[in-house]
Amino acid sequence: MIDFTEEQIERYSRHIILPEVGAEGQSKLLESKVFMIGAGGLGSPVAYYLAAAGVGTIGIADADVVDSSNLQRQIIHNQDRIGMPKVESARETMQALNPDVKVNTYNYFITEDNVREIIRDYDLIIDGCDNFPTRFLVNDACYFEKKPLISGAMFRFEGQVATFKPHQEKGAPCYRCLYPEPPPAGLVPSCSEAGILGALAGAVGTIQAVEAIKELLGIGESLAGRLMVFDALRMEWKKLKLHKDPACPLCGENPTITDLVTYEQACELKFGQ
Amino acid sequence: MSVSVRIPTPLRKLTGGADEVAIEGTNVGEIIENLEAAHPGLKERLCDDDGEIRRFVNVYVNDEDVRFLEGRGTVLKDGDEVSIVPAIAGGC
Repeated sequence: MIDFTEEQIERYSRHIILPEVGAEGQSKLLESKVFMIGAGGLGSPVAYYLAAAGVGTIGIADADVVDSSNLQRQIIHNQDRIGMPKVESARETMQALNPDVKVNTYNYFITEDNVREIIRDYDLIIDGCDNFPTRFLVNDACYFEKKPLISGAMFRFEGQVATFKPHQEKGAPCYRCLYPEPPPAGLVPSCSEAGILGALAGAVGTIQAVEAIKELLGIGESLAGRLMVFDALRMEWKKLKLHKDPACPLCGENPTITDLVTYEQACELKFGQ
Repeated sequence: MSVSVRIPTPLRKLTGGADEVAIEGTNVGEIIENLEAAHPGLKERLCDDDGEIRRFVNVYVNDEDVRFLEGRGTVLKDGDEVSIVPAIAGGC
């Protein structure tokens, strides 16, 4: 266990006082390494809360720069950061909140050529990206590298959160057990043009952050094997069962995917239009 | 028998904005056919040309995925709730 400074004991006192966390748990958080894909709507609350919680090393990947249209929901950035790489802006905000946190920035796209090597250094992966090809890539890479993945997605007024750790728990599904492959181009909305209620990103992202902290600490009931579905218009969360699919092309009995694959970006709105 | 079917945001245009519709049917297949009759266009979004539920759309009865029950043949009982859960990818 690490030796806390006086300042750290005070900073983390509300965690340390929780029997489920304690000094040992806080120490574990400070020694944890989390990698996040996306410094946008979901990445903002996730990064903010993980930094506040004292997760010691946070890697964050995003190839984009801050744009004024982001600020309706991406609360880790601000007006003065417009034009700045999002990962740099996120690092400034996180370190201003908590100088204990080391932030590694990856100001480029996650691809099949770099993803496995990057995530190898981390304990837990959080996906808050904005497209299907990356979601499948990250899922597959996490499976091959045996990393737990907390996946969050949203659309207009709806959100989904799930934890995937097929390598850790017998019967635990991966993302491909839920959706074996990306929808064909034009059948499912996947772009920001569809619109998004800004505060929804906070609701979904903070659930991801809570689950991440639970996974790092090993407390409570894991979300693995469940899909949380949030409907903001009805203000309703549903918890649906996810099963490991014996026919899953990645983690099933006879896998057909044995290496990373890259899908083309599908970016149309036909599914609901 | 009528069951309540939850419509996800991307498909609400087809139900006139309704987030929940009451549909007659004794199994999931009948529900899909009757959904189409009441709200034309829905079946195409849910099923492929062979009538199978698309792989990026999950249909749940209560909290259970029908793929792990009896698929379209999953029998419904009074008070069951059917939910349509499409894949979404936004994080931005």
